[in-house]
Amino acid sequence: MAVAPEQLVEVSELVKRYPRSPVNAVDGVSFTVRQGETFGLLGPNGAGKTTTIGVLTTRVRPTGGSARIGGVDVVRDPVEARRQLAVVPQRNNLDRSLSVRDNLIFHAAYHGVPPRERQARADELLAQFGLLERAGAKPEFFSGGQTQRMMIARALMHAPRVLFLDEPTTGLDPAARLFVWDRLRELSEQGVTLLLTTHDMDEAATLADRVGIMDHGRLLALDTPQELMRSLSEETTLELTTETEPGGDVLAALSALAGVERVEPLQSGTAGNGADGEQAGGEDPGHRVRLYLTSEGAQLVAPAASLLAERGLALSAVKLGSPTLEDVFIHLTGRTLR
Amino acid sequence: MSALAWTSIPPSQRRAFLAVLRRDLFVTWRELPAFLAQVILQPLFLLFVFGKVLGSLGYTQHGYANLLFPGLVALTAVITGMQTLAFPLVAEFGWTREIEDRLLAPMPTAFVAAEKVVFAVLRALVAALIMIPIGVLILGSVPWRWGGLPLFAAGVLLGALVGAGFGLVLGTLVQPQRINLLFSLVFTPLLFTGCSQYPWPSLARLRWFQVVTAANPMTYVSEALRGALVPSVPHIEPWICLLVLVAAVALLMAVGVRGFYRRAID
Repeated sequence: MAVAPEQLVEVSELVKRYPRSPVNAVDGVSFTVRQGETFGLLGPNGAGKTTTIGVLTTRVRPTGGSARIGGVDVVRDPVEARRQLAVVPQRNNLDRSLSVRDNLIFHAAYHGVPPRERQARADELLAQFGLLERAGAKPEFFSGGQTQRMMIARALMHAPRVLFLDEPTTGLDPAARLFVWDRLRELSEQGVTLLLTTHDMDEAATLADRVGIMDHGRLLALDTPQELMRSLSEETTLELTTETEPGGDVLAALSALAGVERVEPLQSGTAGNGADGEQAGGEDPGHRVRLYLTSEGAQLVAPAASLLAERGLALSAVKLGSPTLEDVFIHLTGRTLR
Repeated sequence: MSALAWTSIPPSQRRAFLAVLRRDLFVTWRELPAFLAQVILQPLFLLFVFGKVLGSLGYTQHGYANLLFPGLVALTAVITGMQTLAFPLVAEFGWTREIEDRLLAPMPTAFVAAEKVVFAVLRALVAALIMIPIGVLILGSVPWRWGGLPLFAAGVLLGALVGAGFGLVLGTLVQPQRINLLFSLVFTPLLFTGCSQYPWPSLARLRWFQVVTAANPMTYVSEALRGALVPSVPHIEPWICLLVLVAAVALLMAVGVRGFYRRAID
């Protein structure tokens, strides 16, 4: 085998264009993931994250560029690559004819784990993922959280060097999401390399050592969440929520206030390709405008509020903030993430 | 030759292949009554109605059961091979996505397709052999010649492979929402143009239908088995049957494996 590389995953100038598509789904993406690192690909639906993972996990043939796992070219030697990786897909693909336990056992058998070891490892993982009670049940009628835990447990049965998780907590309720996050953190502490995609900035900021921000098949930025946010740190923000939509004249007046660098109306649910138009969970409906400031945010609350009041706009919420990953995304793409 | 090819495969890939096969056998074993019902019922009723009922009522000539029996063994081998492969494959690629875990096993993608074929052939062979005791049970006796055994074995095996080939082609071609069409457009015509209920040479009186049946590979399975068990009934020369079947298997497998790759890798 090749030398054990420090860089466990290497993606170089990766391009994927699907037949009959006018644009590249992945358009020249390069990045590396170190052994033991948790790497997040952050971007909206259709950004090319899943396709990138598809290439790395030998299920999508790239149009150009290269991808290596543990030094193994995934196109030239997919069999060897599969030995090193495991996948937790977006959608349930558990074997419905087998019990939860047998899903784990057979997965290990496919990967040549000896029988005794299979049993021991299955016991261990079923316990770790809180699945022991239902180990004998068929996985058909399980909740999203249980399904996700089962798929992660199954993926770990052959002790992969790198675990790919495609949107690991999308659609999970908050408790299930926290459980999955805890397990992923544990795995990371045990030295498992994780590569996950998400369109959830909290998830990326919480779990990932480094985050690559993707949009339209391109990698726009790549750094630690802290560094990405620090790149905008001279900017503090003031977010105003109004009940009626502020017109262009209002936006112009806001941006003319002293200390305001620029004004950005936030369109929740208008995130380009195929967003479903729903509000980000827990946020009040209304029209949000974000002011990027060069001075202290608190000093601008009063002038901004009176400006809106003069124009007859009712202010329903005010939020002062330092930049989040979402701001980084907006800064890079001019759009919100959802 | 195949043994040589097998030993040249790296042990880890052989293990992966066998583990997937073991998974299928394990599931079949646990669902044995369902499997038996699926493979036995249809030929059982065909044999009973055409071989026993119609004969007892005097609508068929004496000896019809003897030429029907090899045809139904052929039918069972082909149809079981096809069913075993096509329906699960449509589901696994379409909505359960169960196959993904096997596609990520450390073996070439073609091995996953090959395992499907091997498993389908095994089930088809079991189903075809079960026909012998069923035949004895319903008809009292079945035509049997030990001298015809090699041809019988070759015919059944090729029939199972033809069925598996059809299954692979259809299973990778048919969209899940069209699975009903599989029944009406493919299944039924295949069932009734395969010469299982009538010997091919006798169709000379119905020339156009004879041409149609000549295009169905199952015809050559039925005719080969007649050649093996009831050679006195006019039938297509066995060597022609075997030649056509080998060619049909090669073609179906080539198309099927291509379809499989298309579905397995984007």
